[in-house]
Amino acid sequence: MIDVQSLTRVYGQHRAVDHVTFTARPGRVTGFLGPNGAGKSTTMRIMVGLTPPTSGTALVGGRRFADLPNPGMEVGVLLDASAQHAGRTGREVLTVAQRTMGLPARRVDEMLELVSLTSEEAGRRVRNYSLGMRQRLGIATALLGDPSVLILDEPANGLDPAGIRWMRDLLRGYADRGGTVLLSSHLLHEIEVVADDLVVIGRGRIVAQGTKAELLAGAGTLVRTPEAGALARALVDAETEFSHHDESTLRVDADTGHVGRIALAAGVPLVELRAAEGAGLEEMFLELTADTQRESASTTEQRGAAA
Amino acid sequence: MSTTTTVPAGTTPGTASHVRPLAGPARADRPVPAPIPMGRLVAVEARKSFDTRSGLWLLAGIGILALLATAATILWAPDDQLTYEQFASAIGVPMAIILPIIAVLSVTAEWSQRNGLTTFTLVPRRSRVITAKLIVTVAVGVVSMLLAGAIGALGNVVGTAVAGTDLVWNVGVLELGGIILGNVLGMLVGFMLGVLLRSSPAAIVGYFVYSFVLPGLAELLAQTQGWFADLRPWVDFNFATTPLFNGAMTPAAWAHLGVTGAVWLALPLAVGLWAVLRSEVK
Repeated sequence: MIDVQSLTRVYGQHRAVDHVTFTARPGRVTGFLGPNGAGKSTTMRIMVGLTPPTSGTALVGGRRFADLPNPGMEVGVLLDASAQHAGRTGREVLTVAQRTMGLPARRVDEMLELVSLTSEEAGRRVRNYSLGMRQRLGIATALLGDPSVLILDEPANGLDPAGIRWMRDLLRGYADRGGTVLLSSHLLHEIEVVADDLVVIGRGRIVAQGTKAELLAGAGTLVRTPEAGALARALVDAETEFSHHDESTLRVDADTGHVGRIALAAGVPLVELRAAEGAGLEEMFLELTADTQRESASTTEQRGAAA
Repeated sequence: MSTTTTVPAGTTPGTASHVRPLAGPARADRPVPAPIPMGRLVAVEARKSFDTRSGLWLLAGIGILALLATAATILWAPDDQLTYEQFASAIGVPMAIILPIIAVLSVTAEWSQRNGLTTFTLVPRRSRVITAKLIVTVAVGVVSMLLAGAIGALGNVVGTAVAGTDLVWNVGVLELGGIILGNVLGMLVGFMLGVLLRSSPAAIVGYFVYSFVLPGLAELLAQTQGWFADLRPWVDFNFATTPLFNGAMTPAAWAHLGVTGAVWLALPLAVGLWAVLRSEVK
């Protein structure tokens, strides 16, 4: 259980984290989603005591992280897989953590096996590791103390597709056994597959949160037709709200059945008719990133996010 | 904070049955783990000073440099100067350079190599990590100096035997103690700069400025300005440590050492610690 209350961190004039409040619950994977520079990493660093907050609190299992007697045994943390002494071997990195926590030496081998690092790879210095291997080593360090809470910042970075699949299964299984998992990403689809709950952050503020089902539902219908103009007129007549998604596609604030009947009544042929699952979230996400990206989001009509 | 623990003293928490590869996290009724004892942190920090190639070579360098300095003395010092003092001062020069660098890196590696992210998440009370590092630094200093002293003694025995001169043991135990203390103080200066600057290059350059550039400037100033020459023992830390190395510690010299040490070592160390405890680890 992670409980973040009104967490704020100010750098000069810049509010990197602005009154962030959310809860990550046991038995669930909570996805912490936001574009680069939205404040995800700062929030996570504050949670584990690496960055002091300007105000607000972050509790893990009801206590401040700094007050945990042996934090590695209760909270597994992976913030930056590259943040290791490049001159240590992978095995040595794990051994240092194992000794610090006071665990038996065999834990190191168990973890190496769990993250599929061979003993030859474990004997190499971290400087010679690929990003994917560093992520695996970081995951091994986080899991070493068999903690009940995991805090992972972009753990899928640098993993190959098989590695991403492996990570997803690992986190799913972990949460299913009652663990609390908080994982951040700037990729909506990556989070969508594994998360039960979503917390979306943009420019330091929480812009949406809830279960994945809640956030993805109610996003309306996507309908594609060669006669978009005719369908648009019919929708206006039926007093149904919609937006132009692209030249031949409309996003309609109604379910598929309703849109289908309007199209039938208007005699407009449809090429595609489907629930716009996640489209609202994606649109909101694109809006969030639009400011920082050179390519702006291409939706013709920006409307309120569906959260 | 909660210091209560259900793990009996003497039991390694890790051997508790709940630690299996991925047995399953998360029962709320899990025992609260025992706090990490200081001794364990010291052992871990000691391990961390040996377990990288650079760390290993720096420590090996202590022995290697002591041997080289001893060999050079045997080879090039005039036969009538083959005394223990000669060996001790020849070894002392490389020690005064390498030991503080070891002290600097033990601190700054956490920031420069960024493994502080892991270190300070496993042990969020940073003062405990710094304390463990300080203990290891002083221990490395004392052990290294004893080793260097032994190598010098060996050199003295071998050198005089080769040259056919008399063995001269002209460094007393007290004097040796002074030299060890002087070198440990040098390491603490390195440690202080590491804590204060938290960057390997800055702290190493800082150490050389502190120990090799400032004394020259102070010397120049003392020669040209009478008032500074009088004041110098009370304001120049390097000057105040000099008597440690030639066995000339008088009560006044101890007072000079105490005053200058407080200003040039203890105070900046306190400022550095204050900053370390509040800084961001990135």
